[in-house]
Amino acid sequence: MHLKNDNSLFEYLVRLGDDRLILGHRLSEWCGHAPILEEDIALANIAQDCIGHATHFLNAASEVENKIKTADELTYFRDAIDYKNLLIMELPKGDFAFTIVRQFLVDSFTFLLYEKLQNSGNKFISDITTKALKEVQYHLRHSSQWVLRLGDGTELSHEKTQNALNILWLYTNEMFESDEIENSPSLKNFITKSSDLESEWENKVISHLQNATLKIPEMQTNYLSGGRRGIHTEHLGHLLSEMQIVARTYPGAKW
Amino acid sequence: MVDLELTFEKNLSIGQKIEPRDWMPENYRKQLIRLISQHAHSEIVGMLPEGNWITRAPSLRRKIALLAKVQDEAGHGLYLYCAAETLGISREEMFDQLHTKKAKYSSIFNYPTLTWADIGMIGWLVDGAAIINQTTMAKCSYGPYSRGLLRICKEENFHKIQGMEIVGILCSGTNEQKEMAQESLNRWWWPSLMMFGPHDTNSPNSSDLMKWKIKIKSNDELRQRFVDMTVEQAKVFGLTIPDPELKFNTETRSWETGEINWDEFYSVINGNGLCNNERISARRSAYEDNSWVRDAATSYKIKKNKKAEAA
Repeated sequence: MHLKNDNSLFEYLVRLGDDRLILGHRLSEWCGHAPILEEDIALANIAQDCIGHATHFLNAASEVENKIKTADELTYFRDAIDYKNLLIMELPKGDFAFTIVRQFLVDSFTFLLYEKLQNSGNKFISDITTKALKEVQYHLRHSSQWVLRLGDGTELSHEKTQNALNILWLYTNEMFESDEIENSPSLKNFITKSSDLESEWENKVISHLQNATLKIPEMQTNYLSGGRRGIHTEHLGHLLSEMQIVARTYPGAKW
Repeated sequence: MVDLELTFEKNLSIGQKIEPRDWMPENYRKQLIRLISQHAHSEIVGMLPEGNWITRAPSLRRKIALLAKVQDEAGHGLYLYCAAETLGISREEMFDQLHTKKAKYSSIFNYPTLTWADIGMIGWLVDGAAIINQTTMAKCSYGPYSRGLLRICKEENFHKIQGMEIVGILCSGTNEQKEMAQESLNRWWWPSLMMFGPHDTNSPNSSDLMKWKIKIKSNDELRQRFVDMTVEQAKVFGLTIPDPELKFNTETRSWETGEINWDEFYSVINGNGLCNNERISARRSAYEDNSWVRDAATSYKIKKNKKAEAA
């Protein structure tokens, strides 16, 4: 019933997986270093969820490619150029404001996306997103609450949050770029084009940011993108060299 | 006063738990605060050496398991700080004691994690030793600590299983993996034995603690239990305990180790371990560099309350 060897489906699943994997990795960097113990717990929990989703998506990708590579092989033995995550996921974690604003922008997107994808005609996609959506709902609640506190907290927290937003805003357009993979006929009944999510995302995100007394950055012409084509920031290579070091040093070993 | 003290003594003698609102001797309170906060600090400082490998864990499954484990440690820290708060000290005061090095934490976390095998060893040896200590401590006389420990021990058991699984897989893996496991055991064995503290004859706080049933078994008794269990497990893994003097005493039916290097033990406790400075400065900067986050949350709450009052 699944389309075997369908490259678009494989590519699409890898994108979904890479987004979660790289975001989860960045979140996991907070473990032991968060501003309060409760956030050590929360961020580690969200990181686990993200990496869990990634595992499911990459396993599914492995299935549609007749298991040429396992999810672990896809994770540990691909170079940055073959990673297809959005650029926003790979940016260094920054300060707590940067992490929270990124999380809020991404959670809002992921929530809308999975909400649609749970009705996918592809069983992999519908199964994974149905389950993941419940967790993403919690993530969104968590990041939304923090955006309010940081944006409308003290002068200093407001400034840091506004700065983070100004930088991250440049990376938001990429979430809604529908390219030839998303437009592939074989994915027609399987996916929702991300461009279809843009206006709803914008409405929700902008109104929440305004509630947090934040200023929406002026529409930029210099939006950044490239991740879906493997054209990344320089940060991803370093992230991967750390993530992959043990697995690559002992190829073939089981862990 | 005499009555209160008598009630306290009576409760102790019949095994009735002491609760936060009960009268207790000042020194009992003081010792408990010291002990519980030390334990809490150990949990959160302990997140650092293991957290060091989350970003490098060699498979997706391992990465998630390690994250879950380190998250548990944060959870343990949280309920231990809460248990200590029932004795009249705040989390901020305890953090301050940690950051100014007035409070101690388990010295084992001042050793570095250098290879992936160390993550297995910490689960197997360090959590294994902690379980032995804590299941005994769970019978202690102070209610909130005792109940907290019961819960902690359940989770620590998962951690130990996770660690033993890592070690087991390494030992049945490639030669390089086996060597990695052995090398790691060589570094962690002795510090694990030190986790039980000085010999009973040199343990300054023990007698009071035992009288008050804050401590149930002696350091040496618990250490012996650990040695007997772990030596057998090492055999199953095919690992060699790095102690040429280790021998089985057929009369006592237990394993006798060579002498622990107590100079090293006191040296690390007194701040000269490889990672003492890193651990404290990591905790300090997590707390101090992020004070603006806590300020923001407080300020937001005040604004909210004001708006609610005005409405």
